[in-house]
Amino acid sequence: MAKKGDWVQIHNIVLPPEERSSALPEDTKVNPLEMWVKGYLTEDAEIGEVAEVITRTGRHTKGTVVKVNPYFEHNFGFFVPEVLEIGDQVRKITFGGED
Amino acid sequence: MDNSYDAIMARKNEIIKNAVGMDFEKFEKPGIGFDYEAMMEATGYTIDEIRRVQSLFSIGNTPLIELKNLTALARKCAPEGKGARIFIKDEASNPSGSFKARRACTSVYQAKKLGYKGVVTATSGNYGAAVACCAAMAGLKCIVVQECYDSHGVGQPEIIEKARKCEALGAEVVQLTVGPELFSTVLQLLEETGYFNASLYTPFGIAGVETLGYEIAEQFRQKIGKDPDVVVCTNAGGGNLTGTARGLRKAGCNAKVIAASVNLSGLHMASDNQFNKKSFTTGHTGFGVPYSVNPDHSDVPRSAARPLRYMDRYVTVTQGSVFYITECLASLEGLEKGPAGNTSLAGAFCLAQDMDQDQCIVVQETEYTGAGKHLNPQLSFARQNGIDIHFGDPKDEIPGKNIILPAHPSLIRVTDLDLDHMRKSRIKRAVGSHKDELTDEDIKFLIEETNTDEKFVRDAVASL
Ligand SMILES: Cc1ncc(COP(=O)(O)O)c(C=O)c1O
Repeated sequence: MAKKGDWVQIHNIVLPPEERSSALPEDTKVNPLEMWVKGYLTEDAEIGEVAEVITRTGRHTKGTVVKVNPYFEHNFGFFVPEVLEIGDQVRKITFGGED
Repeated sequence: MDNSYDAIMARKNEIIKNAVGMDFEKFEKPGIGFDYEAMMEATGYTIDEIRRVQSLFSIGNTPLIELKNLTALARKCAPEGKGARIFIKDEASNPSGSFKARRACTSVYQAKKLGYKGVVTATSGNYGAAVACCAAMAGLKCIVVQECYDSHGVGQPEIIEKARKCEALGAEVVQLTVGPELFSTVLQLLEETGYFNASLYTPFGIAGVETLGYEIAEQFRQKIGKDPDVVVCTNAGGGNLTGTARGLRKAGCNAKVIAASVNLSGLHMASDNQFNKKSFTTGHTGFGVPYSVNPDHSDVPRSAARPLRYMDRYVTVTQGSVFYITECLASLEGLEKGPAGNTSLAGAFCLAQDMDQDQCIVVQETEYTGAGKHLNPQLSFARQNGIDIHFGDPKDEIPGKNIILPAHPSLIRVTDLDLDHMRKSRIKRAVGSHKDELTDEDIKFLIEETNTDEKFVRDAVASL
């Protein structure tokens, strides 16, 4: 249960597959055009329920609540050994006398 | 109000006119052309005024850095006596972390001056952060609309980082799945909010980039005592190159202008399956080629970004080469920057090797780096998506299948796109079904559009 005033992410289907642009590749056309927006709930709501939010710019808009207190999880990724190898190689060529 | 896709698109011209405060109709000519210079002048700003406005936002006057170690490395790969001095303009030191600050600033300033309460922009890239940043300074509201996720809700790490940055700067971020219908969402938001359309492609935005070219000429004359020989621009929608080249010209600098894009041929930009198979979200051929031959398919009726008018050459580099050079920049120069902005650096590293040692080549930008927007997470994400990453010869790279990191820096090569072929495509596009009605004025327009001459245009038209 999310409370009025909670910061949430909502989801909407903007265009179902049959209303999408005809110029799309097949693999895209079979999917709906989806949209996510964040805002403060104007009333208590359950996750999965349609609710209204007020966004950062003050817009009132509705959608299905998908996350409460959404946060970012992107990072610097897993170890990529090749990156170290490149650094070592070019330092050696530039400063280490290899021709 | 009918908000179906077709109904919104039918109101497009009226919505855009209200949201840019500019009537594009008045620049249209009787035939196929329009008066580009009149449109650029209609901003009402001289380059000095734009510099003054940008300085109010602490934008511009970024450092010009000579990359001595990278030049040394290029010379080790080059024939005897070859290897131009390589310079980079550190645009990442702009507020918001890229040259896009220059472009956003003029739009936001204009929006404020005209009394708009906020700005809307459609971009998954650095431009969103730039608009959010300038809007924050100007006390305007800001909505950024991004194409961000595939149909499984998986987002490109680089785009998610841009969402984070926009939110950090106070913007509302609207995220969409793959598809060009993003435009109708933007129109709907413009209509709903009455905000200004801070499009990437208005004359305000492009005039804002002119200061970048102008500064390069000025800084070279001050520091090196002469003009640069070549300026390389990472090219996508064409505004970066157009603005930079116009600025160079305004400063009286005749440096050759070379476009560079990451080669993503074979990948469809509107494909849901391929969305997360690419490791670059800008600076690539998927935008660079179509926007060059058809600049007017953007979110304004006539785009101010018209790169074919200005480019002397158009080269591509591979994804693996750009990642490689990004690591070189960190390891050899102590400059950790975002990969996409280094597209032109990979190009310049190769191009320098064909030039004499007393010549100068300039990479006209860097961009900021951070979580998600860095070679490590981008390579890691590619590997997770089944892309085969290994050392080898970049010429064997197949976009969407593998990323080949050059086994040696001498394997970083550029591939020339056929510029005359693109010019002919531009002519075909512009002429459409009017082949038999072309006037002398139309021919003149086509000469300007393609930076060619009358013979080239008449031959191209005859062969349509
Ligand atoms: C860092 C960087 N360089 C270059 C470009 C390409 O600019 P344009 O789209 O004007 O060609 C972009 C735009 O997406 C960018 O963010």
